[in-house]
Amino acid sequence: MKFIFTRDTWQEIFGTIRKNKLRTAITVIGVFWGILLFIGLQGAAKGVENGFDMAFKDMATNSIFLWGQQTGIPYAGYNRNRSVRIELSDTYRIANQVEGVQFVAPRNAKGIFDGAPPLVVNKLKSGNYKVFGDYPVIDKVSKKKIRKGRFLNQKDIDEKRKICVIGERIQKELFEKDEDPIGQYIKISNIYFQVVGVYKKNNTDFFEGDNSVFIPFTTFKRVFNTGNRIGWMVIAGYPDEDIVAIEEKTKTLLKRRYDVHPDDERAFGAANLGEMFGKITGFVKGLKFTALIVGIATILAGVIAIGNILLITVKERTKEIGIRRALGAKPGEIRGQIILESVFLTLVAGIFGITIGGLLLSTLNGWTQSLEDFPFVNPTVSLEYIGMALGLMVVLGTLIGLIPAQRAVNVRPIEALREE
Amino acid sequence: MIQIKELHKSYRMGSNHLHVLKGINLDIKEGEFVSIMGSSGSGKSTLLNIIGMLDEAEKGSYILDDVPIKNLSEKKAAIYRNKFLGFIFQSFNLINYKNAAENVALPLYYQGVPRKIRKEKSLYYLEKVGLADWAHHLPSELSGGQKQRVAIARALASEPKVLLADEPTGALDTKTSYEVMDFLQGINDEGKTILVVTHEPDIADMTKRIVMLKDGVIEEDKVVEQVRASQYV
Repeated sequence: MKFIFTRDTWQEIFGTIRKNKLRTAITVIGVFWGILLFIGLQGAAKGVENGFDMAFKDMATNSIFLWGQQTGIPYAGYNRNRSVRIELSDTYRIANQVEGVQFVAPRNAKGIFDGAPPLVVNKLKSGNYKVFGDYPVIDKVSKKKIRKGRFLNQKDIDEKRKICVIGERIQKELFEKDEDPIGQYIKISNIYFQVVGVYKKNNTDFFEGDNSVFIPFTTFKRVFNTGNRIGWMVIAGYPDEDIVAIEEKTKTLLKRRYDVHPDDERAFGAANLGEMFGKITGFVKGLKFTALIVGIATILAGVIAIGNILLITVKERTKEIGIRRALGAKPGEIRGQIILESVFLTLVAGIFGITIGGLLLSTLNGWTQSLEDFPFVNPTVSLEYIGMALGLMVVLGTLIGLIPAQRAVNVRPIEALREE
Repeated sequence: MIQIKELHKSYRMGSNHLHVLKGINLDIKEGEFVSIMGSSGSGKSTLLNIIGMLDEAEKGSYILDDVPIKNLSEKKAAIYRNKFLGFIFQSFNLINYKNAAENVALPLYYQGVPRKIRKEKSLYYLEKVGLADWAHHLPSELSGGQKQRVAIARALASEPKVLLADEPTGALDTKTSYEVMDFLQGINDEGKTILVVTHEPDIADMTKRIVMLKDGVIEEDKVVEQVRASQYV
């Protein structure tokens, strides 16, 4: 192995490389392209993963939305098509009795499923906006970006305060540009509410957008006379719990409580966010895996191209190799030189590709940073992956170099010299 | 220096069996200047290749400087070639992307000589063949005679026991041929053993002993009066 570190060996290698600049460049492009693709794909996949992570960062992703519908099977003396409305007390029952549930947030809303959006008035300006009755815990389901003031708190609930948190767009539409909405009173369905906060649009809002009004759940109940009924609830499981199982258990519990046939699939509607999120995670994983396979395959193809060209080179250099052997080059020295050439070219191409790939990703990052809706954040490739790619290239470069090296050693000096 | 006894060599070409060397006996002493002559197909190149360890004999013995040359591994053969022999070829066989000095230094590189000494030695031998000023020129920038002189310098650089020259003047015109022979004579005068394969009688006459090969056997082996090349140069 000593010969790897001697200046002469490298001088020999640089000599041959310099002699064939074009050939070397073409050879290098194959591996360069491979590693560039590898880095690009890995980085892009990572960027998408980061993008989704970012988008779901402020969400309880392991959760279900659940609401009552109409029964599909007659049961216990009831006809089918009976409306089932879930109640506030169900939330406590579910929170206490279903295993793995972190919290349950009951919600009511005007202007989504039933009824027109209530009229909201500020002085001379007005508009129709969705109104949500919520507990502060809803903030854990989907984090509200509060721009000014505060979000709902427990005291608002306890005292049934007539306060509200409005979306940014409502502020724009109902207030003057330089007007501070905090502390002002607006009329919602002819009742005055004090504005305590303004929230900004969250990139993953399902219903709220930035044109909704949040008021305390208890206040909503009183104002819109909803009694104990709730529109729907969000059931959040602990991060590692099986959300599909939680959904099943919750439904079973509710079916028993509302005298619904155990096989009735229509009585309760549910949107399983956890399941959806699982699919997205799976998709990202698949993307990363595909990127890995494609990248490695491309590197492999590039290295094979190097081997191929080295083979041609050896053929071209038959005479030179013959001369060297006549002058006393040992077979090991010839072999070592060809392999080193292969590994060296592979590595140079690889390092070049990694550098350009890194620049590419950083450019890509610059472009996508301004796109808020595009789930692509901070595309990077971990050092382990780069190390792995380099290691792979050295190994493949050596292995592929063995073929032309052996070919070179098999050259018999007399035959090489006879060629004229 | 070289003792060859009952040397046989044949090639198999398909179903044909080509018996090239049919029992060669040759004894060459240190300081001799021998030319091997013969028409093409007489086996003279094969003999030189065997002496040069580029090929192996089938039968018979070959002793070079008291070392029996038999069943050598490729590695061993490479070491012996490097240590004992200097090659001069008809087509010069310089490496075309290395300059004259680098070409001369190549056998020293394979000997593991440190680069500084390599440089000194290669310049020394280039000077000896009168090409010191051309040390940094590529072979393509040299004339045929100059190329062959570089090749001679290269063959001398490893300080071999024997110089083997395969048609050294075959690609050169008469005047340049004589110049090259003049160099070889000078080297021989210093005591170096030289073996030349040639088919040109005037070149053979410039050596001290002529071995005539015909159909794989030595037909004639005679000591001749050396014609000095310097009188033609």
